[in-house]
Amino acid sequence: MPGNPWFRWSWVLDNSDLLATRAWQHLLLTIEAVAIAAAIALPLAVLVVRRRRLAAALVGVAAVVYTVPSLALFAILAPLLGIGRTPVLLGLVLYALLVLLRQTLAGLTALDPAVVEAARGLGYGPAQVTMRVRLPAALPAVVSGLRLATVSTVALVTVGVVVGYGGLGQLMFEGFRNNFYRAEISAATLACLLLAFALDAALWAAGRALTPWARRSAA
Amino acid sequence: MSDVLAQALRYLNDPLVWTRDGGLLDLTREHLLMTLAAVGAAAALALPLGAWLGHRDGPGGRGSGIVVALSNTSRALPTLAIILLLATAGLFGDTATILAAGVFAAPVLLAGAYDGVRGADPAARDAARGLGLSPARVLWQVEAPLAAPLVAAGVRTAVVQVVATIPLAALAGGGGLGQVIAFGMGTQRYGQVLAGGVLVAGLCLLIDAVLAVAQRLATPRPLRARATRR
Repeated sequence: MPGNPWFRWSWVLDNSDLLATRAWQHLLLTIEAVAIAAAIALPLAVLVVRRRRLAAALVGVAAVVYTVPSLALFAILAPLLGIGRTPVLLGLVLYALLVLLRQTLAGLTALDPAVVEAARGLGYGPAQVTMRVRLPAALPAVVSGLRLATVSTVALVTVGVVVGYGGLGQLMFEGFRNNFYRAEISAATLACLLLAFALDAALWAAGRALTPWARRSAA
Repeated sequence: MSDVLAQALRYLNDPLVWTRDGGLLDLTREHLLMTLAAVGAAAALALPLGAWLGHRDGPGGRGSGIVVALSNTSRALPTLAIILLLATAGLFGDTATILAAGVFAAPVLLAGAYDGVRGADPAARDAARGLGLSPARVLWQVEAPLAAPLVAAGVRTAVVQVVATIPLAALAGGGGLGQVIAFGMGTQRYGQVLAGGVLVAGLCLLIDAVLAVAQRLATPRPLRARATRR
């Protein structure tokens, strides 16, 4: 028994392949979940934003579903969809969807009506107003929603280990079952945090590049 | 699939499953007690600290980066990892879970108290100072009531998060309703997994609804329109 240190660099080096495979699974699952959620949430938000009752109802339902714990959601989905990647992905999409929907709607509704009036005065049709005025104005809110959803999704993926697919969570759980081997758990945890911060930074940079006007007005 | 559904219904319909020692009723009670301990411990630390930081920074002042950084980092930290690491340190079961859940809840409570006190109407604060109130009384008699809606919202979010987190403990030998799910997965009784999932989800929704009412009651009447969920 080589002892049980809290962290061991040599474990990371010896198991770099395994770590990379799990991190890659983790990353793919996260990106896939957030991308699917965004592909649903953004058009949905644009569709309902002018129907206030419907938008309020959607946000209300989203808040209720968001209350359901991840483990419970996976436990409900897994017996129905089978064990493995699918129930985890679906659960993650649901959570990300709720965050994105709320943020996007907030961004779209916060727009100054005078701006919309001005755009109409320029002869923009409804579709053009949406594409060229509403969506760009909501972009900062969308980006912050994407960052929030991505970071939470990275943490949530680990719970997926319960239904058989957890990316880095698998390493955490293996380390636990394998005589509580701490180095494996903490290496996986650090990898998870690094992944979250890297994705967050990338989204922040992308958001900054996409909204040059926000910087100009701040300066 | 309908098989699993039937199994789940049969499981939930068995009175013995509920009432025996260590049955669902016992597990629910344990779940709630663990929640209380975790949120209580976190609140005892985070609420005064958040209120003090908010009082110190004041409105318009430069915000404490700590609060923002804490609440952001806590989102990225996988709770499962904390529970497992605590377990490898010899802290098993309920104690480890309460600690991990408390760590999870503290930033939410801190942010609620901080934002609430910091965002208290500056005019009310100045008026209280003008009346000659000491800083401690300004905080307690003016800022704290004005902060009540945000503090209550923070407490509600924290409680629901903790109720939702405690099931993870079952993976490391902890108690609470998560045991139903963990046992079901271990023995491949997916009906039981489904039943456990529905029970935990139901408990969370129920507690959220109860706390929504409490949050409303905790909000001074003139502030009710402004009270929002975080």
